[in-house]
Amino acid sequence: MSASGSVSTVSRDDHLVLSSEDSSSPVESELELGLGLSLGGGGFIKAQQQASGGGGGGGQYARILTAKDFSSVVSSSSCLSSSSSSLSRGDYVAAGTKRSSDSVAAANGSSQVVGWPPIRAYRMNSMVNQAKSVASEEYNSMMENKRKNSLVEKTTDVCSKNSASAKGRTSPFVKVNMDGIPIGRKIDLNAHGCYESLVQTLEDMFHQPTTPSFVLLGSSVQEPTRPSKLLDGTSDYVLTYEDKEGDWMLVGDVPWGMFLGSVKRLRIMRTSEATGLAPRLQESNGRQRNRPI
Amino acid sequence: MESESKRKKESPNTAELAVTASFPDEVLEIVLSLLTSHRDRSSVSLVCKDWYRAERWSRTQVFIGNCYSVSPEILTRRFPNIRSVTLKGKPRFSDFNLVPPNWGADIHAWLVAFAAKYPFLEELRLKRMAVSDESLEFLASNFPNFKLLSLLSCDGFSTDGLAAIATHCKNLTELDIQENGIEDSSGSWLSCFPESFTSLEVLNFANLTSEVNTDALERLVSRCKSLKVLKVNKSISLEQLQRLLVRAPQLEELGTGSFLQDLTARPYADLESAFNNCKNIHTLSGLWEAVPLYLPALYNSCANLTFLNLSYTALQSGEFAKLVVHCPRLRRLWVLDTVEDKGLEAVGSNCPLLEELRVFPADPFDEEIIHGVTEEGFVAVSFGCRRLHYVLYFCRQMTNAAVATIVQNCPNFTHFRLCIMTPGLPDYLTNEPMDEAFGAVVKTCSKLQRLSVSGLLTDLTFEYIGKYAKNLETLSVAFAGRSDRGMQCVLEGCPKLRKLEIRDCPFGNEALLSGLEKYESMRSLWMSACNVTMNACRRLAKQMPRLNVEVMKEDGSDDSQADKVYIYRTVAGPRRDAPPSVLTL
Repeated sequence: MSASGSVSTVSRDDHLVLSSEDSSSPVESELELGLGLSLGGGGFIKAQQQASGGGGGGGQYARILTAKDFSSVVSSSSCLSSSSSSLSRGDYVAAGTKRSSDSVAAANGSSQVVGWPPIRAYRMNSMVNQAKSVASEEYNSMMENKRKNSLVEKTTDVCSKNSASAKGRTSPFVKVNMDGIPIGRKIDLNAHGCYESLVQTLEDMFHQPTTPSFVLLGSSVQEPTRPSKLLDGTSDYVLTYEDKEGDWMLVGDVPWGMFLGSVKRLRIMRTSEATGLAPRLQESNGRQRNRPI
Repeated sequence: MESESKRKKESPNTAELAVTASFPDEVLEIVLSLLTSHRDRSSVSLVCKDWYRAERWSRTQVFIGNCYSVSPEILTRRFPNIRSVTLKGKPRFSDFNLVPPNWGADIHAWLVAFAAKYPFLEELRLKRMAVSDESLEFLASNFPNFKLLSLLSCDGFSTDGLAAIATHCKNLTELDIQENGIEDSSGSWLSCFPESFTSLEVLNFANLTSEVNTDALERLVSRCKSLKVLKVNKSISLEQLQRLLVRAPQLEELGTGSFLQDLTARPYADLESAFNNCKNIHTLSGLWEAVPLYLPALYNSCANLTFLNLSYTALQSGEFAKLVVHCPRLRRLWVLDTVEDKGLEAVGSNCPLLEELRVFPADPFDEEIIHGVTEEGFVAVSFGCRRLHYVLYFCRQMTNAAVATIVQNCPNFTHFRLCIMTPGLPDYLTNEPMDEAFGAVVKTCSKLQRLSVSGLLTDLTFEYIGKYAKNLETLSVAFAGRSDRGMQCVLEGCPKLRKLEIRDCPFGNEALLSGLEKYESMRSLWMSACNVTMNACRRLAKQMPRLNVEVMKEDGSDDSQADKVYIYRTVAGPRRDAPPSVLTL
């Protein structure tokens, strides 16, 4: 790592879980501790605290520069004076010109260097629009043709209220973390029409030969008879998600469309950690959860 | 050959030309008309006056890489018999919003000149030009033989313009609308093709979003028996696609619509059988919102695929790997980085004939680290695909060692475009600059024509480029280099350099002015957010009258700094259509 600390990369040894700015509320931190994401020494919490301290400081991770990085005008002399082997990125504000967010940046809700990475505006707009265009009606009607044990009620009218556009999400990807694995993944919810498809993909993603009894889904879509282990609680892990209100819920309770509309992120939790999850929420929120653990 | 064009050849005044003197013009023109390469034709025209004359009469296609390098008058005066024109307009960085709107490159003046001089114009291919509906209407009404319209990365028109084309161009064979800034108000343009119209061979409207009348589309596809390329937009459902495929089993290139739909068993089987029936499909794209469930319908079609474009489909590694197993003949592949390294490993294992790979980022602005592809995926492909020569790769980390391995496996790179998405990122294992990576590329890949560099780079990278990249024609540089020396090395060392585009680098006046002699042999130079001043630009403009030196000013910036500089050679003199924010010096 460089002395200035602003040129940084993720070293494979760091095992930091990189959390987004939105996971900085105290309630969530508490919840994270309770669920015991194992990283040794609460490293995850440290990372969270660092991250919540602002996007500019924080832990060692590489990222796309934001306008904050370019807020100071750097004179040309400083560009050429740096003789160390690692330049800080500030040196590249060579002419000290102002950066302005373009329309694509606005669409993504964050400011960044204009025209970087070099992707055609058309392609950028396509990716953003893809996320918004899918209506959950389509997903719900797909459910009716699934041959598996249906865990989802047919609630077309509910889904129409919770269409994907209500997600308010510009990116179709949600983070997925699994207990015991330091680096989280992201998954495109729009690519799945039902829980089975989602869970099957997660199983592929997180499959590790060393993890005992890691079976989220007992079968592929072609075998309708084997039940979903993840969703009926017989696996060592359960799949949970955090909803818009910040509550952690078990996946599979609600119709797919409603799930899509409220999911913020996913966590594959050890069953032992998840014990008492529903009852705890019942107590704290007074809401009925009718899933036995 | 037009008889009124014949002129008595003058007797040559050197001994060497004595041989060609007896070569009749007519024969010479026939021979030259067989030459198709623009460069060959340029060379031919320089041999002697006779050949210059013969070449200009026999030329039917013209390619203009920078629309401001020549004027419509000069073009039409020199080449009287043009049937096909390709024009490129704005600098490439306009694709990334770095060029002010209304910059120029308007096609209209060209069309007016063509209407007068090339009334039999058949083909028009435009890239990064400003095209209005009025221009499209003008085009549709003034060229009775018009056959082919291709618009790539253009802007300024709407679907009304397309309606004019569909309505009036009775001989249209190709309508190819790609990645344009188009105002898409309605899909009714498609219904404007008259029922008597049957000549269409290529139809690409994948870029548009409005729904088209599917009945009209079906009828159009049914009656155009020569239709080879059909690329529909997102609004076309799987069921509708199936109906189209059934009517066009001769298709060679297919762009699907939305691949997301509720399909019960019967329609799925129909879809699969429709695909199976199209035995000539070698190019597949579209697949918007593809759900893995329906991809198996494609598996049989994939056996003959040579080009698969999944760059709008967010497939995960597992489902992508299952698909790619069925594509052994693939030569070109475009994907999103959602397929990850594992997906690329599958490519390496299954596609030995692969020549081109483009990996686009699904989530480029995400500030957290998510997966996507790393150096491992690229390396895996290089081991399995030794014929790889074109790569565009967006990633978040890279190492010098990986790139060295890659080019060792694939020394035939002609296009190496590596984008490490965080500017100025070093080798993540050694923390060193990425100089050695690009050094390896230029040392090993002697055929390299196009290079895009990224990551933390010192002047050493550019020393390597200047020293080894003797066939390099296009170089793109961002957030790199340490001093003027970097840019100077490139300008001094790369004899075939035609396009140089630089942004956010510490190159200044000395570097700019070191290329004085060079710029006339290049198509263009772009420098933005560097250390160039207005005075240096003025000096350059003064000393090189055959260059246009244009500076784009940004609001509120220092008056002495030249924020964005675009320099290009021209025989047409300074342009008169620049907006106020663009100063021609």
